[in-house]
Amino acid sequence: MSVLTVEGLTVDYVSGERPVRACDDVTFELRQGEILGVAGESGSGKSTLITALTRLQRPPAVTTAGRIEFRGTDLVSLNADELRKLRWTSLAIVLQSAMDALNPVMRVGAQFVDVLRSHDKTLGNKDAWAKAADLLGMVGISADRVRSYPHELSGGMRQRASIALALACGPELVVMDEPTTAVDVVMQRQILAQVLRLRRELGFAVVFVTHDLSLLLELADRIAIMYGGRIVEIGTAESLYTKPRHPYTRGLRDSFPPLRSPLRKLTGIPGSPPDLRNPPPGCPFHPRCADRFDGCDEQRPELLTIEDHADHTVACRLYPSGDDQL
Amino acid sequence: MRWAFLARRLGFYLAAAAAAIGLNFLLPRLMPGDPSSAIVEELERVSGQQVPAETLMSIRAIFGNPHANLAQQFADYLRQLSHGDLGVSVVNFPVPVADLVWQALPWTLLLVGTTTITAFAIGTLLGVVAGWKAGSRLDAILTPFTTFLSSVPYFWVALLALWIFGFVLGWTPLSGGYDADLPQGFSLAYAVSVLHHGVLPAATIVFSAFGGWLLGMRNMTVTTVREDYVLLAQAKGLSPRRVMFRYAARNAMLPSFTGFAMALGGVVGGALLTEIVFSYPGIGYLLYESLQKRDYPMMQGVFLLITLAVLLANLVADLAYVLLDPRIRARG
Amino acid sequence: MLKSWKVRIGLSILTFFVLLAVLGPVIGGDPRANDISSISQPPSAHHLFGTTQFGQDVLAQTVAGARGSMLVGILAAAIGTLIAILVGVPAGYFGGAVDNGLNFFTNLFLVMPVLPLILIVAGYVQGTGPFVIALIIGLFGWSGGARTLRAQSLSLSSRDFVLAMRMIGEPHRRLIFFEVLPHLTGWISAMFLHGMIGGVMAEAGLAFLGITDSGSISWGTMIQAAQQQSAVLRGLWWWFVPPGLCIALIGTAATLVNFGVDEISNPKLRQARRSVVVRARKVVEA
Repeated sequence: MSVLTVEGLTVDYVSGERPVRACDDVTFELRQGEILGVAGESGSGKSTLITALTRLQRPPAVTTAGRIEFRGTDLVSLNADELRKLRWTSLAIVLQSAMDALNPVMRVGAQFVDVLRSHDKTLGNKDAWAKAADLLGMVGISADRVRSYPHELSGGMRQRASIALALACGPELVVMDEPTTAVDVVMQRQILAQVLRLRRELGFAVVFVTHDLSLLLELADRIAIMYGGRIVEIGTAESLYTKPRHPYTRGLRDSFPPLRSPLRKLTGIPGSPPDLRNPPPGCPFHPRCADRFDGCDEQRPELLTIEDHADHTVACRLYPSGDDQL
Repeated sequence: MRWAFLARRLGFYLAAAAAAIGLNFLLPRLMPGDPSSAIVEELERVSGQQVPAETLMSIRAIFGNPHANLAQQFADYLRQLSHGDLGVSVVNFPVPVADLVWQALPWTLLLVGTTTITAFAIGTLLGVVAGWKAGSRLDAILTPFTTFLSSVPYFWVALLALWIFGFVLGWTPLSGGYDADLPQGFSLAYAVSVLHHGVLPAATIVFSAFGGWLLGMRNMTVTTVREDYVLLAQAKGLSPRRVMFRYAARNAMLPSFTGFAMALGGVVGGALLTEIVFSYPGIGYLLYESLQKRDYPMMQGVFLLITLAVLLANLVADLAYVLLDPRIRARG
Repeated sequence: MLKSWKVRIGLSILTFFVLLAVLGPVIGGDPRANDISSISQPPSAHHLFGTTQFGQDVLAQTVAGARGSMLVGILAAAIGTLIAILVGVPAGYFGGAVDNGLNFFTNLFLVMPVLPLILIVAGYVQGTGPFVIALIIGLFGWSGGARTLRAQSLSLSSRDFVLAMRMIGEPHRRLIFFEVLPHLTGWISAMFLHGMIGGVMAEAGLAFLGITDSGSISWGTMIQAAQQQSAVLRGLWWWFVPPGLCIALIGTAATLVNFGVDEISNPKLRQARRSVVVRARKVVEA
């Protein structure tokens, strides 16, 4: 059963002379309790996707088309009040830098208490503080830290506190925006392990956005690859790792060291991400693609399911009508 | 570590106060001519008699003694100050400057104190709203209007207000701080007359001063609203009012408080000029009189007092800042 | 930069007043001529802005005042900016003890009430011309600018390219003049503009208190003359309204330019512009 169905989501930035399309016809589905990884370079539209999914975007970003169906309701058509009721109880978010995401002048506990009490009017002040301490305990932070200010916690603690905060109201879906980029590798592993454990215990689904594909290979059930504002490939972590179809995905896989498996030769992708203000015609990746052929600079490939791999779709002309030729 | 920060700030203000006193000491001595002789001559001309030895001593201590070296003079000057002796007013001879200043001080404190706080409060509040709804119609009207307002000289606004409300409409008195026909004291009629005289000067100061706070606060709010913690607060589904005040405004206010120091001098200066337009019996008017009539002792005394008062207000703002920003500890 | 309407309007107004100050004597008529036949007259076809109590043409005075006020403003800004550079840049560039000393000095002037200080000094040297007045205003009005420049050169001098050049023994003088200062031109011009407005305002304040040379004509002396002759109590509004309005216009123009420049350098402010918000709303509604 699916928690979230995104269909044709399109987001434009309208500040300049011409609108800039940062998310273009994004479509995917998220099942209950599933971790979907979204990987892409900076400028691929993944940050725009996060604010659009959570309905947190501000002008000049505008959702111009598409649906975000969450448990049967379309988030795009909800008004501010209806949306507010859904927030945090159903849909929570963890931002990239916990240092910036926690209010610097409020005690950590108070930032739990205000959200707990605003979604549960019957909850008393004392109980809310106790619950805040419990939530911190869940991610291994001692209860006396509820009275601390964010700057008094270490980077790893802050990041874990933001994860605990996201789980405060028992959401079904947590969107995570590179929650481990600001911490060291050891802390990164601890946090990922904690996310997996909590997911197992609490059963929430996760959209995990990052530039680090190797990290997703460890964590995610399925992975979507974004390039130039579009999803170019979606598949299970396993099939994406062992058999990436899109030339970009292959390049991305080969440019990161794997976390566990033996080292491979690392190769980067030549060229730079497309300028969204002036996107290339046809496939956005064609200027950098080693496998391009006639027509790649004219025809825009659609996402197609690969034959015999119902869970793997790719948008590349190497695979016309789903033929799996590689 | 919060205490370390406080101690450092306190040290700075003590040094600043010392510098102000030093400046007050040096200024008349750096000026061309010999102010102290000029004052003595002026006093003798005004009073028609020789200046008593004691007054002569006091004037020389404050404005320069041709018979003593600078160190000796400074010691004399400090001794004089520690007795609260600021010299004798030339114009109001033989009334001591200190007495005149103490008389005028409550009027200025009442007027400038209340209006500064009111203008800060109004400007900050409107700035938060304009910044929160940046690009809205309210913002599009309020912000250019206050841009204009913050560029208008205080005393000119005061002149206009006096002309419109005092002259054309006749709603308020044209000058003074109270009704001179009433006995001064704690009577209802007197209090009403003080309010009646004070409302227009106060309104013009607030009117000219709030724009500066508003603009600063608006831009800080616009920047703060795009911080991650405000985004997260919205994601948490808190009420917009709570997000606006507890998250955005609460943080946007901090630089405004630091800017208090820079703005306060200007506000006080402007308020002093406003007093002059309304012939309000405060420090500003005293300063005006002393400048017009070259009453150097009064000039010096008023300047010293204003400076110390502004330094004190800044210290208070710094103390408030420590309460508002928990991170001060880390930096202290 | 000229893409921003705020910058365009602000610069136009400023240019207008600079031209007025330069060309004023040619176009404005004699500000001191007394027309005995029209004393304290409201605006009319003959005297567009009316006349003063002495039968002087207010329009001619306002035009002449532009020169007096702008001269002081520009001179004061030049002096203040120069001091701000001399204090702020070394403080930020060298850091350490140099910074401690200079920064203390800056903070001192920052918290002092500058106007009363200027008043006192101007009071001692009473009846002086615009040059001395500008000098005094400049001497006491540099602290805000120095603070900004200190912060900017601090961040500049810790950038890789400056650090690298310091390591290879490039002389400080060369680094400051050829690497640090050129990066600060934007800040310095904003500061100059700010200083000019401050100068015009301070001159007006001083003139209003009767401290400047009574022979010279500026917007401040006009307001002061009006106040002295009780223009308010006699309803001669056309005497004091134009000069104050001019000061306010120049101030607004400078603020507009600074706002426009801020929006260009700070993308967060740019996103909050009305045009962007309205366009976004239109797209949503469509």
